[in-house]
Amino acid sequence: MNPAFSVVFLTTLSGAAQGLLIALVGVETGSNLGLFAAPPTAFYVMGATLSVTLGGLGLIASFFHLGHPERAWRAVAMWRTSWLSRECLCLPAFLACAFFYGVAHWFGSPWSLALGALGVLASAALFVCSAMIYACLRFLQEWATPLTLANFVLLGCASGFTLVTALSAWFASSLTAGLAVCACALTLAGCASRSASLVRNARLRPKSTVQSATGIKNAKVVQVSRGFTAGAFNLREFFHGKSAGTLRGVKWGFLATAFVVPIVLLALGAGVHSIGVSVGLLAAACLVQYAGLVAERWFFFAEAKHPQNLYYARVG
Amino acid sequence: MTQMALVIDLNVCVGCHACVTSCKEWNTSGESGSLADLNPYDADPSGTFFNRVQSFEAGSYPNAETIHFPKSCLHCEDPPCVPVCPTGASYKRKEDGLVLVDFDKCIGCKYCAWACPYGARELDEERKEMTKCTLCVDRIHDENLSERDRQPACVLACPTSARLFGDIHDPESVVSKAIRERGGYQLMPEWNTKPANHYLPRKMTSASGCGESGCSCKTGSAEPTPQTLDAQLERGQLHLASVATRISRTPQ
Repeated sequence: MNPAFSVVFLTTLSGAAQGLLIALVGVETGSNLGLFAAPPTAFYVMGATLSVTLGGLGLIASFFHLGHPERAWRAVAMWRTSWLSRECLCLPAFLACAFFYGVAHWFGSPWSLALGALGVLASAALFVCSAMIYACLRFLQEWATPLTLANFVLLGCASGFTLVTALSAWFASSLTAGLAVCACALTLAGCASRSASLVRNARLRPKSTVQSATGIKNAKVVQVSRGFTAGAFNLREFFHGKSAGTLRGVKWGFLATAFVVPIVLLALGAGVHSIGVSVGLLAAACLVQYAGLVAERWFFFAEAKHPQNLYYARVG
Repeated sequence: MTQMALVIDLNVCVGCHACVTSCKEWNTSGESGSLADLNPYDADPSGTFFNRVQSFEAGSYPNAETIHFPKSCLHCEDPPCVPVCPTGASYKRKEDGLVLVDFDKCIGCKYCAWACPYGARELDEERKEMTKCTLCVDRIHDENLSERDRQPACVLACPTSARLFGDIHDPESVVSKAIRERGGYQLMPEWNTKPANHYLPRKMTSASGCGESGCSCKTGSAEPTPQTLDAQLERGQLHLASVATRISRTPQ
């Protein structure tokens, strides 16, 4: 597949926003249970603002994917059958929850935790919808695995917890160490599940072959002409046109920037005493990890081999 | 339930692309709107087509065969592109089994194209809407056309009659008979999409005469052409050479 940057940004931005809201609600639950001192209101308000901003940017990015964005409202119609339609319902629901969660904290409402719990539900539903859009396409074998859902959830939560760790260094430094441990654990878990899907996908044997695509019964069938020399949608949409070397570079690049570097930066940022240095290191961890996750999502699309490519193998 | 479909005979397709151009001609000027052609006479041309003729080579020289292989939407009986559409623009019609796009509802998200393993859908670059073969839905039910013309443009254009059109759910239709008698098969059966379009496999035939009694090669013909002009007219098969012979022998 040719990665669409609109979708790459949608899924990474909204994943981070979802993880961030889940982390905020987790912190609120912990402090309500008396596990640690309650952070200041500004921590929640800033967190919710950041979550709504990231999710909103993701929503804006998604419009660039559409040929007719003015008709986008129609996309909620087929929620009974289409995961994409369900995502179009869950994303605004999630944004509304995150917004009202922030408002509730701003005004000191006692309903904040209830709204937060609703937000966590919306966030979980959104993770499922976003991942199932890809995992439900059975002939895109690289995507059709439960690991797709695991990756979306873990990578979204990892980037959200890294963000909340950086926020806590600014607003509630007593929580930083604990949150950094959570962020590192989630990043490690994301690394494990993403590595598992990389290993799985490297061993995949495509079910469709040029023989099954054409029905020609011969051990050796090759395309001699795809039937045209010009450009076409089928060539632009399903071929990324990058070399195997580039793909390998992106793969190792995202494994380093999405997982290894952020864990090092999180450990350093949570370890230093100066708040300024700590905030700087943790902000760097967020940015590096986000860049890594953009590369990861790009690779997620690029590594999927669409069976239609069997019909477009050679110009002639 | 009716399921209209094409059955494509790979024995006789010569790869002339007449179906490709007639499809483009009819559909770019038909009810479904224009099909873009960007830079048609310039560098990097690009355009929307519903139908392609591709060529494959099977085997190795000297035992290689070239197979010309027309491909358009297969109008699957269980189309994976339909349930994924978020707006309901993609749908499968009950009355004739066609998989169609309601262009006014399409938001151009391309998800249906991702969900089609055959690459049968193309997003039009100018209209930004998903387009695909309609089996010439604006021809096949048009009672203003003569019955013979109520067929997809590609079928009418094919000079070798490699394309058959009909209802595969009617066991007596020409397409059902062809599938039954000549081993018609579906593409990528591994995904259980149940394509309605079928392909007739190539069968090797040994060289033989043309089978016409009027021809000098005189090799096996089960049914010789009737000798009298009336009988020939009755059969609808006029044999001009033998007619010419008959008149020249008439006494003056």
